[in-house]
Amino acid sequence: MTDVHTLSVLVENKPGVLARISALFSRRGFNITSLAVGETEHPEISRMTVVVGAADFPLEQVTKQLNKLVEVLKVVELDPLHSVRRQIVLVKVKADQATRGQVLEVVQLFDAKVVDVATDALVIEATGDSSKMEAMLELLEPHGIRELVQSGVVALGRGSRSLTDRALRSA
Amino acid sequence: MSESTATHGRTSPSPATVAQYTQGQVAAQVTGAKSLILSLEAVGCEHVFGIPGGAILPAYDPLMDSTKVRHILCRHEQGAGHAAEGYAAATGRVGVCMATSGPGATNLVTAIADAHMDSVPIVAITGQVNSASIGSDAFQEADIRGITMPITKHNYLVTDAAEIPRVIAEAFHIASTGRPGPVLVDISKDALQATTTFAWPPRIDLPGYRPVTKPHQKQIREAARLITAAERPVLYVGGGVIRAGAAQELRRFAELCNIPVVTTLMARGAFPDSHALHLGMPGMHGSVAAVTALQRSDLLITIGARFDDRVTGQLSSFAPHAKVIHADIDPAEIGKNRIADVPIVGDAKGILADLIETVTAEHEAGAVGDHTSWVAATTQMRETYPVGYTPHAEQTGLMPQYVLERLSAIAGPEATYVAGVGQHQMWAAQFIDYERPNQWLNSGGAGTMGYAVPAAMGAKVAEPERTVWAIDGDGCFQMTNQELATCVINDIPIKVAIINNSTLGMVRQWQTLFYNERYSNTDLHTSAGGSRVPDFVKLADAYGCLGLRCERPEDVDAVIAQAMATNDRPVVIDFVVERDAMVWPMVPAGVSNDDIQIAKDTAPQWDREESEAVEQDTDADHDGE
Repeated sequence: MTDVHTLSVLVENKPGVLARISALFSRRGFNITSLAVGETEHPEISRMTVVVGAADFPLEQVTKQLNKLVEVLKVVELDPLHSVRRQIVLVKVKADQATRGQVLEVVQLFDAKVVDVATDALVIEATGDSSKMEAMLELLEPHGIRELVQSGVVALGRGSRSLTDRALRSA
Repeated sequence: MSESTATHGRTSPSPATVAQYTQGQVAAQVTGAKSLILSLEAVGCEHVFGIPGGAILPAYDPLMDSTKVRHILCRHEQGAGHAAEGYAAATGRVGVCMATSGPGATNLVTAIADAHMDSVPIVAITGQVNSASIGSDAFQEADIRGITMPITKHNYLVTDAAEIPRVIAEAFHIASTGRPGPVLVDISKDALQATTTFAWPPRIDLPGYRPVTKPHQKQIREAARLITAAERPVLYVGGGVIRAGAAQELRRFAELCNIPVVTTLMARGAFPDSHALHLGMPGMHGSVAAVTALQRSDLLITIGARFDDRVTGQLSSFAPHAKVIHADIDPAEIGKNRIADVPIVGDAKGILADLIETVTAEHEAGAVGDHTSWVAATTQMRETYPVGYTPHAEQTGLMPQYVLERLSAIAGPEATYVAGVGQHQMWAAQFIDYERPNQWLNSGGAGTMGYAVPAAMGAKVAEPERTVWAIDGDGCFQMTNQELATCVINDIPIKVAIINNSTLGMVRQWQTLFYNERYSNTDLHTSAGGSRVPDFVKLADAYGCLGLRCERPEDVDAVIAQAMATNDRPVVIDFVVERDAMVWPMVPAGVSNDDIQIAKDTAPQWDREESEAVEQDTDADHDGE
């Protein structure tokens, strides 16, 4: 049984950390579904959001292995019910005069934006959680997807608590 | 560092201690290279094993002037790495090796991987090409930081000379605290050449590194409760007990609770072999008593061990009736292979001390576990199936096991024994009597052939007063014997016993048992049929060692005595032994430990009634399983 887990990993913002972490995942036999990384409100700390498909038991093992890395400050699994998860998708769809209206309808339905228009294609920018993105792509598919790029998922816990603050306090 | 503290496990000075005796030192303008050497002096490093080369060259210049750090020039970087390991494993102090960029650094890789598997505290310092050239495939460039990421506890690439003192202090701190392990520090040549300010102590900045050393008291109480309630407990002791310097606590605890002990390959010496509660080594080549006691146990008290496949055999049938208390300094080991009923994260020494305290309190309150009949049963197992060997009728030559028995008897437990990997390693683990921690060094997790000679060299440098015996195979010896030159030139008089069966013996044993005696590529021609390529006695002689040969059982004592009496140079003894001697007992790989064999196709015969009584008893807890 595999399941999808979203891990927030706070790390020191130093060169080589990303390589260290992604290497750990592959070495221990974990498949990363998506990975996003960027600075936090504290420039010395980066935050990675890693989505992994794993049965419960090895997830505990990978969390422990991540915690062993000297540059890892905190590893938290975000509960889907108590967190907001978003990814961004840029998609180039075939759309000529005849079909443009239908494509724009999909754009509207999913609260997306058209960011580039050509005579025979549109570039659409959309954000949302993974299932929303999948649903949108499914509707765009029949029109002909010319090019697709997706960011990794980023996620944040709901409520007022700050993971970074807690990590800094315990450090 | 005083000798008395050196015997108690991890004792490399913490940066805080170092800070005390370097306080008031004025910040000085120096080169990065000088800053490196001053930092090594400040952390208390006394020995470095290494080989210079282009990128690390700047460091070797101030090193020449250091009166505190002695550099020992090795003949191969792998030898330098294993020497650092032997140095560390013999004493608990951090071992240090140094190499240049590219091939110098990659030659350290095997030793670093070995240290990572066996939790050995070493710091490897490598030169790197100029920072401006990094990534350009420059001469002798290798991304050693990237290469060693999966096999180090942590590693650094330093391109700014100002960072050198902090990085060295952190490297020693990380290597020696928590679960010990290797740390690599790669320093670019321009950083070594730059002018910088040396100030000590540096500020250590490791917000993500907080090893848990103090156990949770709730878990200690829960463990004590299980121990008191258990009927057939076994202390399953691993190398963590040795690294933590917890042998004394282990002994007190085992005696207090009257619980039989098994010591893994990495833990030989953690509990005296002569002790009545000791059942020997568990695992693939473990004693019948140790393997069987674990299989029949209802409670494993696992301390500093990691349920390695060579111990458990087929995991699903390992100790099937036992609850598990698993204590380890590394939380990731707990629950990795076997679910723990009571997980305890912490330092083995503290955990055992707390367990002693809690169990003592329970005893005073009248709750005393009674393990008398279980101890009697395990003692019976040990007496029925002691570790031994029976030569076949056609085996009239020298038996390897006999050599090791005699070596143990003559050199005694105060000597240090360092083995390579293979049959000779298993015989050394089985037939030498281990009475003290750090008496036995070997490559357990990685199984690195070639470990023995350089590691013995490192151990001898760390403890020059001790006799150090490298026990090597004819295959292993040919991988790293060039360090004999290092030993001769630097006055490091180790003794080497080559158990020469003229073959890659362990592989041959598997070919005998599992590949229809088809001996594909295992014959080494080092003694069989009179072919001696090379002649180890002549080789020893060429290096300036004393070379001796022994081919008959009646000569063994005399040749060992001659080696013991020779202390002005290394000694190499070529023990030419029966090539078809095998390591028994054996549990073939992936097979249940219930199927242990004491010789080919021979299982131990237990008294039926006694054995069934234990089985029924076992079932009682487990709903007729």
